[in-house]
Amino acid sequence: MAEKMEIIAENPIKKKMTLDRIIDPSLKKTSKIEVTDAKVWYDDFNAIKGINMNIKANTVTAFIGPSGCGKSTFLRLFNRMNDYVDGFKMEGKIKIDGNNIYKKKVNVEELRKDVGMVFQKPNPFPKSIYENVAYGLKIQGIKDKKFIDERVEKALRQADLWGEVKDNLKKSALALSGGQQQRLCIARTLAVEPSIILMDEPTSALDPISTAKIEELIYQLKQKYTIVIVTHNMQQASRISDYTAFFYLGDLIEFDKTKTIFTNPEKKQTENYITGRFG
Amino acid sequence: MRKIRELIIEKSLFSSALITILVTIGIIVVLSIEAVSFFREVSIVDFFTDTQWTPLFTEKHFGILPLLSGTLLTSFIAIAVALPIGLSISIYLSEYAPKSFRRTVKPLLELLAAVPTVVYGFFALIVVTPFLQEIIPNLSGFNSLSAGIVMGIMIIPYISSISEDALHAVPSSLREASFGMGATKLQTAFKVIVPAASSGIIVSIILAISRAIGETMIVAIAAGQQPRLTLDPTVPVETITAYIVQVSLGDVQHGSLEYRTIFAAGITLFAFTFLLNTLSYRIRKKYQEKYE
Amino acid sequence: MNSIQKNRWKDQAFKVWGILCTLFGLVILTIFIGDILIDGIRRINWDFITNLPSRKAEKSGIFTALMGSIWILLLTTIISFPIGVAAGIYLEEYSKKNRLSGLLEINISNLAGVPSIIYGLLGLEVFVRIMGLGASILAGSLTLSLLILPIIIVATREAIKAVPSSIKDASYALGASKWQTIWHQILPASGGGILTGVILALSRAVGETAPLIVVGALAYVPFAPSNPMDEFSVLPIQIFNWISRPQPGFIENAAAAIIILLGITFIMNGIAVYFRNKWQKKWK
Repeated sequence: MAEKMEIIAENPIKKKMTLDRIIDPSLKKTSKIEVTDAKVWYDDFNAIKGINMNIKANTVTAFIGPSGCGKSTFLRLFNRMNDYVDGFKMEGKIKIDGNNIYKKKVNVEELRKDVGMVFQKPNPFPKSIYENVAYGLKIQGIKDKKFIDERVEKALRQADLWGEVKDNLKKSALALSGGQQQRLCIARTLAVEPSIILMDEPTSALDPISTAKIEELIYQLKQKYTIVIVTHNMQQASRISDYTAFFYLGDLIEFDKTKTIFTNPEKKQTENYITGRFG
Repeated sequence: MRKIRELIIEKSLFSSALITILVTIGIIVVLSIEAVSFFREVSIVDFFTDTQWTPLFTEKHFGILPLLSGTLLTSFIAIAVALPIGLSISIYLSEYAPKSFRRTVKPLLELLAAVPTVVYGFFALIVVTPFLQEIIPNLSGFNSLSAGIVMGIMIIPYISSISEDALHAVPSSLREASFGMGATKLQTAFKVIVPAASSGIIVSIILAISRAIGETMIVAIAAGQQPRLTLDPTVPVETITAYIVQVSLGDVQHGSLEYRTIFAAGITLFAFTFLLNTLSYRIRKKYQEKYE
Repeated sequence: MNSIQKNRWKDQAFKVWGILCTLFGLVILTIFIGDILIDGIRRINWDFITNLPSRKAEKSGIFTALMGSIWILLLTTIISFPIGVAAGIYLEEYSKKNRLSGLLEINISNLAGVPSIIYGLLGLEVFVRIMGLGASILAGSLTLSLLILPIIIVATREAIKAVPSSIKDASYALGASKWQTIWHQILPASGGGILTGVILALSRAVGETAPLIVVGALAYVPFAPSNPMDEFSVLPIQIFNWISRPQPGFIENAAAAIIILLGITFIMNGIAVYFRNKWQKKWK
């Protein structure tokens, strides 16, 4: 509780969301992420054509679809990473915990402390394991070493990496294997205690064993976090997600419980993709 | 609060970048103001047509041609040395030499460009000139041949390094196509690769010329201080740059006509190098697009 | 000889020619250095380094010129390093693709090709005359700083470009601001490359003669400088001065001074290469 109070004092967006959760636990059940008529252009290219979506808290949602159909672009709307791309323009509303994150007064850096991201190719900083995980805290101005140490350990445990690195936190992150590096990147994201974790094809660059470890991790993490994962691997989507969204050429074709999408999809296009007739 | 700090940082970094524009403006303004004053007293026609440059003598002539010919003559000799050698090196390193040889030799060649020019000047005067005097008996102690040759040696890496990068950047598929037809390395290099890399090679040559024209110490030490409109490489001449040094070492009154001559000479030099540099930049941009 | 054999022969002949050309430059450099060592090594002793210049060749030393060079080096570093790196960071991380940034780029490319003596003329008017600094170390350092600024800017940009954008993505995704990302991730990662470029630029500044002559560095300075407003000389100018003297003793002095100047230059280049290798290893 003391920790929650500290967060509230520091962090305006988190303030509202944390208070909401304390005051009304049933709010957990309503939309964590609510997308209303989202459209995206890169210069003249209309990448996202008008999507509506509601993502519930503490669920794993998978985005599937053929290459280049806008899944990653759509994912990056949630933490505004598209802002850096030349020619990016968006319309529509994206609400997280009821607040539109594209309003002018929204502080993007605060947003990203609540919405973390894990990338396709593991991208640890060329620093030590400890420095990697501590980075998100250090840039918030946190100086209390004991606090940082605790958070680092907690994050590494949650990412199922603590056992493998606890004796060697000063070792360079680049010396870890690919799978370990990706779990480090997950730990790094967890250390700032977001409520949403975005994953952009997190296992496509990894071997099957590391992939399995991370899928297991995602399953555990959903108890505390809301996870949205872009994946090319349909089996992965059906293994780990509660809900699945099928994208095609910038449109959302179908969005439903994963079981439904994979056994009894409503749209013919979805069925064709699932059964491998194209893509 | 954070936003303000970020803005201040951005503005400070921007002002550092802006200094570069101020430098260019400064150069143009300074040269122009003094040159304009100069041309109030000396007619531009005289400046470009008089065949004598004697501003420090009692009978004053202000024709830039002798200095220009000194500059161009020494530069020409330098390019005549550096171009064939530099180009051959670049073709050899890019098309023939094993990777390890290339890796060791390239930085060594770049050492040639790192040697201070005053050292090259020493060498031109004390070693090269006496050596050449054995071969060419009436070679004067100060002459453009020694200075030109040594300058050429100094600018070899300008041509070899940049050309080699250009040759290296040509896709291997072109080489493979040529070898597949039974061509030798030499034929492939000259008929396929060099034409494909031609804009890069031309850029390197232009940069080398610009460097040679702007060189000061080698010519100040070894080429002489006698402005002379000539094509004879065995006699003393004076380049634009050496003249500026000569005046700076002397006791010329600030604000006098003689003082302004260094700016008139300077602006001529600047015009040449500016044109060459702009040309090479344009070619470089065009050729970057080709490979992107 | 049929044409295939002729072509093969030409190919081999060119190969030999290529090797000769490559060795030509290096052989000449070795001859130069060898000659200078022969001419000057005997002259180098502690007296030579600590003596002031004098009319007698045997009594002349490089002390004032050496001190001047050190002063110039330090001051030029202090001035050019922050400005050059800051400008490089701005151009690489902040400027957007518009007319102004295109102009900045072409301008820097042009400045890199301006003959060094023109910078001397600029320094003479602006620093020596208009700003009233006189022919001081400060004026000389400011002039040389402008000269090497484009080199530092380009080196900084190249070093920053080499940092993978995935590192920046990771940093932004954790909620870091632009400057935090630059300060905590990009600069540490590119530091080695930037340092290499700066050291190479300074090594060039140490060997510069013409712009300092124009600014008014003296050929004969009877005292070592004690503050930035003092008049000064530098090693290359001292060498130039001695070369211009007819007495043979001065040629020996010049050669000896050249050995010291080359020593300084090669050490600086060596340090730069050391940093570049260390930095490149980081990414392997």
